Amino acid sequence: MSIGTGLESLVDQTISIITNDGRNIVGVLKGFDQATNIILDESHERVYSTKEGVQQLVLGLYIIRGDNIGVVGELDEELDAHLDLSSLRAHPLKPVIH
Amino acid sequence: MLFFSYFKDLVGKEVTVELKNDLAIRGNLHSVDQYLNIKLENTRVVDQDKYPHMLSVRNCFIRGSVVRYVQLPPEGVDVDLLHDATRREARGG
Repeated sequence: MSIGTGLESLVDQTISIITNDGRNIVGVLKGFDQATNIILDESHERVYSTKEGVQQLVLGLYIIRGDNIGVVGELDEELDAHLDLSSLRAHPLKPVIH
Repeated sequence: MLFFSYFKDLVGKEVTVELKNDLAIRGNLHSVDQYLNIKLENTRVVDQDKYPHMLSVRNCFIRGSVVRYVQLPPEGVDVDLLHDATRREARGG
């Protein structure tokens, strides 16, 4: 990551967003602004549950309002390729309570 | 502005950021901005078995609005300096 707090170093990279309602959305960062509003291309949601492996729901092009964003993670493609999502079981993340 | 400057002095140190969804992320403080948004490098989630949601993330940006606590290294706090700065701020600069 380059110097600076913005997300410019992540543009055109795959990122993983955790939203305030506990969802995990993965996609390619296409744009952002001061308020952390984000444009995500080719996005999908990863749905965690304790009953079955992680489900991936295709969402497509998304704009996520900054208010609703908790964490923006740089997805390490190599680490991600080695993850076996179908055997990963976990409770969904709790929503953010301000 | 006080805490912004304070966090800027902590850049490079290892901190644990606890979020308002109970997720705790440990990593090296890379940068901070005016909203107290935080960028961490070399991150790992504190309880990875319970929270495997960020297993393939090593660098992340945390929005300031979702931070509950920042756990600091003990040597990262100069209490006297912080006292003085807080009083100065309270007096209006």
